[in-house]
Amino acid sequence: MSSKMQSSNNIAHARRTVQQLRIEASIERIKVSKASADLMHYCGEHAKYDPLLMGIPASENPFKDKKPCTIL
Amino acid sequence: MGEMDTLKKEADGLKTQIETARKAVNDTTMAAVASGVAAAPRIQLKNRKTLKGHLAKIYGLHWSADNRHMVSASQDGKLLIWDTYTGNKVYAVPLKSSWVMSCSMAPSGNLVASGGLDNMCTIVNIKAASPKTIRELDAHEGYLSHSRFLNDSEILTASGDTTCCLWDLETGKQKVVYKSHVGDCMCLAMSPDQNTFISGACDSSAKLWDIRDGGCKQTFIGHTSDINAIAFFPSGTAIITGSDDCTLKMYDLRADQEVNGYQDAALNAGVTSVSLSSSGRLVFAGYDNFNCNIWDSLKAEKVGVLSGHDNRVSCIGVPDDGLGICTGSWDSFLKIWN
Repeated sequence: MSSKMQSSNNIAHARRTVQQLRIEASIERIKVSKASADLMHYCGEHAKYDPLLMGIPASENPFKDKKPCTIL
Repeated sequence: MGEMDTLKKEADGLKTQIETARKAVNDTTMAAVASGVAAAPRIQLKNRKTLKGHLAKIYGLHWSADNRHMVSASQDGKLLIWDTYTGNKVYAVPLKSSWVMSCSMAPSGNLVASGGLDNMCTIVNIKAASPKTIRELDAHEGYLSHSRFLNDSEILTASGDTTCCLWDLETGKQKVVYKSHVGDCMCLAMSPDQNTFISGACDSSAKLWDIRDGGCKQTFIGHTSDINAIAFFPSGTAIITGSDDCTLKMYDLRADQEVNGYQDAALNAGVTSVSLSSSGRLVFAGYDNFNCNIWDSLKAEKVGVLSGHDNRVSCIGVPDDGLGICTGSWDSFLKIWN
């Protein structure tokens, strides 16, 4: 690649970088306190439906091997 | 001043502006906010099933939307589709190239995708009379590291060529190319509403993209090495990344910054894979040191470990109904825990 092409590629890349940074700089941000509170709230609301957190009764566990029982 | 110098100055100015704006909303830490929440219980999961059938390292797994079937990919050159309730193999798909790095299943259960060092994403219809290749998606200039179907006609891919791509499966052509990373793309995950997706790359950054217009909306920095794994928090408002720097991070999308970090001075193994429980409270992370650690996503404390593999845990996944977690390993086995 000629050095002229290379430098115009570099400029094109730099222009794209600036354009992208402009987009990212312009977004609205909420406070970390609110963001954290919302995530905590979500976890709290959904915890009781989370099988890995709450445990699964054997009768409802599709992966548990069902072994025959012998009544002695 | 030459144009390059002007552009560099503007770029540096914008980066400082972003840093300042992030600091301005950084009024507390998640640790402080979560201090009032009860600690998560110690999580002790049992290995309910071990799926044996692959003959070499497993590189990828993906649960079906039916919560019962699963596809796994191994460098023995096969995709296996399992019925996880019985442990039986339902289909075996031989691969043209055994250098596979990832696999995925369409929500319909009709199609599976795989790809790797062949730079292609191969789409197979597993519901045909015998598994039939229907498309070879061939435009990436680097390895295929990850893929996820939106539906039976569209799939997202991540590549070592630093781009991600949305493909039209009717035509086999690229619909949208997502360009902004400056390192190999290693992983991707779709938002719950399917309007956006996130990617992690070897440039140590994660990016949020608009699926339809191809634009990068946000970039998340902080990791100091390759990001190998990425997942959405179930609310869709935060993401978790796992990296070769041995840590995981949670970034909140609306605060546009890191809000929590999951690390341990004793841990010096890279994170290979990540998946969350259905409420988002538990983060399951697979590591190079053969284990999977379970973290409390809010308090950033380790609450459990899944050990049982004899080699690196390369992939993990929780099905949509949250009833279990599957780990896949270089030891050639898949294990289901709950």
